[in-house]
Amino acid sequence: MKIFALSILIFWLLAVLIGQVLGLQANTIDLNAILDTPSAQNWLGADDLGRDILARILEGIQVSFFVAIVVTVITMLVGVTVGLLAGFYGGKVDAFLMKITDIFLAFPGILLAIAFVAVLGAGIGNLVLALCITGWVSYARLARGQTLSLRNRQHVLAAESLGATVPRLLVKHILPLLGSILMVEATYSLASVMIAEASLSFLGLGIQAPNASWGAMLRDGVRYMLVAPHYVLVVGLSLMSLILAINLGGDYLRDKMDVRTEAN
Amino acid sequence: MFRQILSIVSVIFGVLLLTFLLIHLVPGDPIEVMLGESASMADREALRVDLGLNQSLPSQFSSYLNKLVHLDLGHSIHTKQPIIELIKTRYPATLKLAFLSLLIGLSIGIPLGVYAALKAGHWQDIVVTIISVRLSAMPAFWLGPILMLVFAVWLGWLPVSGMESRNSIILPAVTLGFGLSAILTRMTRTSLLEVLNDDYIRTARAKGLSERTVIIRHALRAALLPIITIVGLQMGSLLAGTVITETIFSWDGIGRLLVESIEKRDYPVTQACVLIIALSYVVVNLLTDVLYRFADPRVKLN
Repeated sequence: MKIFALSILIFWLLAVLIGQVLGLQANTIDLNAILDTPSAQNWLGADDLGRDILARILEGIQVSFFVAIVVTVITMLVGVTVGLLAGFYGGKVDAFLMKITDIFLAFPGILLAIAFVAVLGAGIGNLVLALCITGWVSYARLARGQTLSLRNRQHVLAAESLGATVPRLLVKHILPLLGSILMVEATYSLASVMIAEASLSFLGLGIQAPNASWGAMLRDGVRYMLVAPHYVLVVGLSLMSLILAINLGGDYLRDKMDVRTEAN
Repeated sequence: MFRQILSIVSVIFGVLLLTFLLIHLVPGDPIEVMLGESASMADREALRVDLGLNQSLPSQFSSYLNKLVHLDLGHSIHTKQPIIELIKTRYPATLKLAFLSLLIGLSIGIPLGVYAALKAGHWQDIVVTIISVRLSAMPAFWLGPILMLVFAVWLGWLPVSGMESRNSIILPAVTLGFGLSAILTRMTRTSLLEVLNDDYIRTARAKGLSERTVIIRHALRAALLPIITIVGLQMGSLLAGTVITETIFSWDGIGRLLVESIEKRDYPVTQACVLIIALSYVVVNLLTDVLYRFADPRVKLN
């Protein structure tokens, strides 16, 4: 499984690099090649504007990864800070912060992100913003739970009685113990942010034309499914292979670091 | 119990506040965004008064709540229809779809999970686990088109999209149900494996009960508890998933209404759809909690 997941990731990395070296053009329109099936010129065929599907897939993966990493880093920073504070102080601070996360959790899945992008307007900046606004909650919950159980550990109490300040206690004595569990969570969240980005782009709310995005390509693929079924198939397979590889990587990290988390 | 009701009420209040504030996040003047630049001054003022945007925030919120209590969700900007009428025609379609998906998810997930648990460590278990991991990696906007391609376009067994035929619901329901069944399979497997090592299972076997009775009457009953919780939580992604699935299959439910309203910048409708979906989720979770208490006599109502 580990080798399987790793080889998919390496495959995509190499594909992107080779694409860069070959200088594949993702936005060149060729009206003679509209919805062409795979050929020597367009290895995976062409889309509804005659653009090379392979080049667009390779551009889409970079956009998708970029969004996933930015969102994961920001949500982790915000969420972990909130969680550490809530777990450390307890009492009213905790009750207040957790009430806020409860409200966010009352919106199922990506509904809230859809709502935010709907009012903020489509586009990559607002997409990242919406995914950040809704994504920090799971980190906050996770970090709070862990901090609650670490708060009264001997080494934390010892440091506290030696006069360590609160930021020092949180950063030097509690945060390092959260490292592995956060890393596993971050891996899964990479995959879920990529799905969320694709979902929003599929609905026309994410990355805008002419930039390539797997979600938007899937939407076009569905639209032209009757005449060019290869379009939706190759984009879908690409997305699935990547999500699967990342999730398997998450499973591997989880088993290796021996942490128990809700994998969803 | 009292604390729980209080907590749910405060969550619902927060949901209302957040959906209410949505319209105020529109960059610039929401009136202009909705009506376009060509709208006359009089039309703009009329809409501003109609939406209450000329009042202060707190008084807007209180009149929003007041209207909600009277089931008044406002009017669509484009069709001028009362939104509650739109919801009334669209919501049942979504409920039907969600319910059938749940049924499909349960009827695939639980038997498959039981099978995997009974064959734990054998190749059958590994195959089931890989398939269920793979399926959960298939979001609706990928599985949906594939099913459409195979069963509607190539085989021609089922309608491509729309709601005209009685069979129209099958593809969207299977799309949603498959994702759910993948998670349920994994959950049933883990939960059953934990129970199977318990003393009372050994006792049941020692009494000479058939393996079938042991599994179904004794083990599965206890293993079902975490499954109930998961189903409740998954209803959330199911509800959110309807937004995409309904769009793919042109299923006229509330999810599609949401997407259409976003495309038309009909913010009051968007707001209402978000609110209804979120409230449905809160209610489902409440029901899950109640169901859990019935299923597990150990959890007392206190």
